[in-house]
Amino acid sequence: MVGIVIVSHSVKIAEGVKELALQMARKDQLIIAAGGTDTGDIGSDPMKIQAAIEAADKGDGVAVFADLGSAVMSVGLAKEMIDPQLAQRVCLANAPIVEGAIAGAVEAAMGSPLEKVLETAYGARNMEKQ
Amino acid sequence: MTTAKEALRVVGQAVIDKKSYLTDLDQAIGDGDHGINMARGFESVFKKIAVLDDNIDLTTLLKTVGMGLISSVGGAAGPLYGTAFLRASGVCAGKTEIDAVTAKAMLDAAIKGIQDRGKAKKGEKTMLDALIPASEAMDIAIKAGKTEVECLADAVQAAQKGVEYTKTIIATKGRASYLAERSIGHQDPGATSSTVMLEALYNYLE
Ligand SMILES: Nc1ncnc2c1ncn2[C@@H]1O[C@H](COP(=O)(O)OP(=O)(O)OP(=O)(O)O)[C@@H](O)[C@H]1O
Ligand SMILES: [Mg+2]
Repeated sequence: MVGIVIVSHSVKIAEGVKELALQMARKDQLIIAAGGTDTGDIGSDPMKIQAAIEAADKGDGVAVFADLGSAVMSVGLAKEMIDPQLAQRVCLANAPIVEGAIAGAVEAAMGSPLEKVLETAYGARNMEKQ
Repeated sequence: MTTAKEALRVVGQAVIDKKSYLTDLDQAIGDGDHGINMARGFESVFKKIAVLDDNIDLTTLLKTVGMGLISSVGGAAGPLYGTAFLRASGVCAGKTEIDAVTAKAMLDAAIKGIQDRGKAKKGEKTMLDALIPASEAMDIAIKAGKTEVECLADAVQAAQKGVEYTKTIIATKGRASYLAERSIGHQDPGATSSTVMLEALYNYLE
């Protein structure tokens, strides 16, 4: 099963998105929140993200969802710091963090491969709200 | 005698001394944390380098700085400057003396790292608007046969001009991009911190 990592500047956003997504996905879907700095303040922590990715991988890869700015850059950096073999099956979803993570988690929980999880998450960009 | 460790200490201290100034600049067009982030970063770096030998080689030192910033800054400047220092450290491996050509190669590797990480170009109101002109000025100075310190002096001057230039342009990367036209008139905090570091290095070596 593909693992999910949620990266936000805010600990609360990361936890909240995880909570929302878990409500939809199977309870055993692995979702790890990596929000805030190492002290829990607003910001990003590449080391925390690295650890989350490592913990989220069970062999089928990891889809990462991030908010903006340093969160996105820190995911890139975390990917460079992890084992290159693992890095090959880790991808930052090109999707909005809330909608993307929910769609991606549901897809992952169905046992779909990483490519499919990322594609579904990408599709969440087009969600109409009007 | 100049040592890499002492140079780094001077550069880091200059950034820490400008903590509230950098934060004020970021308050105007960002989230008001750049000085806080950078000071926290260099304070953490100082702890990491305190245990290193006083004559530690530049490569090891810069690697330690890069990893230290990455793990402690918390904002965009962490991955950006962190990557910059790591890339620069790769260029000076095995060298004991840094001539102007090597210094420029290190600066260019740092710039490339910042661009790989943040996907910004010149003219987007970021730290690159200080660093890229600094590299260009160094190139001209090297070709004119200037000494290392003279080359660095030209780089500093170009970076300072670059900071002035950031006041005239709209931010299209980073937090300031949310302000669009309202970012005009304000100088970029990251371009400023880059210039502070170059100035401090020049003052130390001069
Ligand atoms: N994509 C980028 N490329 C190059 N420099 C950038 C980029 N984004 C931001 N910067 C630089 O970073 C500086 C801001 O650093 P700071 O530490 O305040 O990060 P931040 O914007 O608050 O981080 P975050 O993305 O977490 O909100 C800007 O002034 C700018 O020079
Ligand atoms: Mg900021």
